Amino acid sequence: MATTDTVIEKQGMQNQSGSAWDGGNEPFKASYGKLMMWYFLLSDAFTFAGFLIAYGALRFSSPTWPVPDFVFSTAPFGIHDAPLIFVTVMSFLLIISSVTMVRAVQEGQRENKNGVVFWMLLTILGGIGFLGCQAWEWTNLIATEHMTVDVNPFGTHTEAGVYLDADGKETEEVIEVGDSYLIHKAGAGHGEGDHGGDHAAHDYSAGDHAGYFVNEEGFIQRKFLVTEGPDAGMVKMESFGPKAFGALFFFITGFHGFHVFSGVVFLFIIMINAGSGLYMARKNGHEMVEKIGLYWHFVDLVWVFVFLVFYLL
Amino acid sequence: MDPQTHNPPAAGLAAAPDAHEHSGDKYQSTFITKYIFSQDHKMIARQYLITGIVWAVIGALMSVIFRLQLGFPEEDYAWLRPILGKWIIVNSDGIGSIAPDFYYAMVTLHGTIMIFFVLTGSLSGTFSNLLIPLQVGARDMASPFMNMLSYWLFLLSTLVMGASLFVSTGGFGGGWTHYPPLSALPQAMSGSGAGMTLWIVSIMLFIASVLLGGINYIATILNMRTKGMSLWRMPLTTWSFFVTAIIGLLSFPVLLAALALLTFDRSMGTSFFLSEIFIGGQPLDHIGGSAILYQHLFWFLGHPEVYIVILPAMGIVSEVLAVHSRKPIFGYKAMVYSIMSIGFLSFLVWAHHMFMSGMNPFIGNFFVVATLIIAVPSAVKVFNWIATLFQGKISFTTPMLFSIGFVSMFISGGLTGIFLGNSAIDIQLHDTYFVVAHFHIIMGVAAFFGTFAGVYHWFPKMFGRFMNETLGKIHFWGTMIGAYIIFWPMHYLGMAGVPRRYYRFDSFQAFGQFDSINQLITIATIITFGLQVLFILNFFFSIWKGRKVTSLNPWKANTLEWTTPITPGHGNWEGPIPEVHRWAYDYSTKGAIEDYVPQHHPVERQGAH
Repeated sequence: MATTDTVIEKQGMQNQSGSAWDGGNEPFKASYGKLMMWYFLLSDAFTFAGFLIAYGALRFSSPTWPVPDFVFSTAPFGIHDAPLIFVTVMSFLLIISSVTMVRAVQEGQRENKNGVVFWMLLTILGGIGFLGCQAWEWTNLIATEHMTVDVNPFGTHTEAGVYLDADGKETEEVIEVGDSYLIHKAGAGHGEGDHGGDHAAHDYSAGDHAGYFVNEEGFIQRKFLVTEGPDAGMVKMESFGPKAFGALFFFITGFHGFHVFSGVVFLFIIMINAGSGLYMARKNGHEMVEKIGLYWHFVDLVWVFVFLVFYLL
Repeated sequence: MDPQTHNPPAAGLAAAPDAHEHSGDKYQSTFITKYIFSQDHKMIARQYLITGIVWAVIGALMSVIFRLQLGFPEEDYAWLRPILGKWIIVNSDGIGSIAPDFYYAMVTLHGTIMIFFVLTGSLSGTFSNLLIPLQVGARDMASPFMNMLSYWLFLLSTLVMGASLFVSTGGFGGGWTHYPPLSALPQAMSGSGAGMTLWIVSIMLFIASVLLGGINYIATILNMRTKGMSLWRMPLTTWSFFVTAIIGLLSFPVLLAALALLTFDRSMGTSFFLSEIFIGGQPLDHIGGSAILYQHLFWFLGHPEVYIVILPAMGIVSEVLAVHSRKPIFGYKAMVYSIMSIGFLSFLVWAHHMFMSGMNPFIGNFFVVATLIIAVPSAVKVFNWIATLFQGKISFTTPMLFSIGFVSMFISGGLTGIFLGNSAIDIQLHDTYFVVAHFHIIMGVAAFFGTFAGVYHWFPKMFGRFMNETLGKIHFWGTMIGAYIIFWPMHYLGMAGVPRRYYRFDSFQAFGQFDSINQLITIATIITFGLQVLFILNFFFSIWKGRKVTSLNPWKANTLEWTTPITPGHGNWEGPIPEVHRWAYDYSTKGAIEDYVPQHHPVERQGAH
């Protein structure tokens, strides 16, 4: 929103001879508006870098970390034991919305108003689809699997052993080091997020039981017999996983989801503006569409890193 | 944000003479759009400056209050009760003393206000706004609207910080570095509750303001330079504002990340920065976090922050020294490269604030070396400033005195920085008054001197009048001597191990010997604070009653801001923007008619002589 005269003058000075850096010119042939979006994205990248470094610091100071293949293995419609299938769909939606965004920018440069609106609409749908998936994923983790910002029922075994049954007798369930488990909650319905286990007929009042321990919040921590190592022969119970996992997951994917949400809002406003012919009148190749496109690609790029640290590593 | 190129060529620029105050502008026709919600960078600069002066006075008053406690802890302060109310505790004998929580809130807010609001927000906000468009030859910032937003977010953040002192549990008292757990647990101390919440809100708003401003400064410098203003012709002021803005753009977001995580720890029950803590004998349900992680995130901003404070002052001083000694700045390119390398290195030294956090000594070595390397570009700059003065035709005007004072302070504070950068010596000096003395001299006093130099030098451009020279010189000498009397003795206190931030020292017998030094420091603080009243009177008096500027270029300087009308309207130049043909430091050039050749003078016209 520089004064009108500024813009006219700058335009008048374009295409002169001499280096782009000698003044009276726009280096990289990029308008200041586009550059400002780049600078904002640079600063935003540092914010996300701060979060991801915090993630790394906390994760590597934790003795164990939940295995993503185990944690993220449910999907809607009762799909179980399908590692990373749902998040693949989610990520695909977001990445494909970057492709449609590229098409929208291209149509903008061709000054094709209807093309811009069409492809932006698809981009918005991709964004909304991603947010919807994220909403389902969060609901599943919080309501069904009872992971919150300060409780993480996803644990990892550090000792080999065998599980005990409800009466305290050894079962056939062999535990190996590195195996993951989900601590279930008594009385809670086990829907799509259920990782198996039949324990409907037992007493789940808080306190110590023969084969398990029920804590004050109703989590059933199963007991097992250690079979190897210095503690062989001892009976132990499942402990909760590192709290930082849930806190970081909800914090970072939430912060990213907030970016996607803001992006959808901005895309929507700019789509309306494009449809109204506002950008046609400016005759600058729908630069506003290009700017929001930069933001959208950035949000996708950040997801690649979030996906990497939470779902793959 | 978007150029409206469809508009027909507007009439504003080459408009009729009666458009003098409004050349090139259609936005400031009413009082509100001209003085309050102004989008003119020069008006926003003045808003920043006056807001900064108000907060500097408040921040300095806070230091007077806690210096009273440090110098005269046994005195009766009951007479302050009508002003400070419950912050003065009166015991059964009628003896009043400063409440410890209030003392800590004063120390904390003094640091926060001075570092963030005065020396970051206001210093950059004033001079980057005023000088960048004027010196690169632009009609305004790239986005005047974002610029306006930046100021209003800044003002809002300062008001929220001010309000934090007045909540019933008091302002935050855990130091401006706000380390967890004091900042992360609302029950940790009285100020950690609502006071800290408002502190976080305020700094988050401040970060938004810094980012909006910084993005604008960078875009303006890169894209809005007038014809001929290549990067290597930019004045050092513009260079330093440019690098400052880049540092801010890359470091403040990390503080934002830290504050966001901290907010979750405070109100959502997460444990990012908390682990195994007892309060009142009760263990808390926080496991697995790391308070040291917070220190890393904080100092990743915190150290670049000190260069955000000092670089604009360096730029101002470089310009003022050249103009008032009528000599080209010595080693212009070396100056630019040292600004750049200081900016780069500032991101690699943050952990020298954390030598005592139990970090691996090997990693400490890296930070020691990186820290000591910063001494090289800093020394280059000092050498160049002194070489610029050497054999110059120095006129000891007030801005020049403050610039020379800056160099003195920078040397004194820089040398103690080398001590502190060594991890071996830092073990003894960490968190003592030696550190307080070091950073006040190099970052507080020096940056203030740069600011004063800038205000005295560019006051004619801001208000069309001069400030009073006599008052200015009294202000300078008083502040210079006062600042050394305040901070020099603190080095001795620190070497003897007197820790900073303590409320009182009577349980340490060994520190009793410093009572008289502490009293001297407190008295010097009060007198030096009193002298600043001279500056404020001078400033506001001169806005309306100062000697009028009669020529376009009163300091005979080369930079483009002196080619604008005496009080330029929005749009800065009435005619076309001047083209630039030379660098900014052609002073006392051989063969020239006068002892300066402004940047817009074509080369041919001078060469023949």
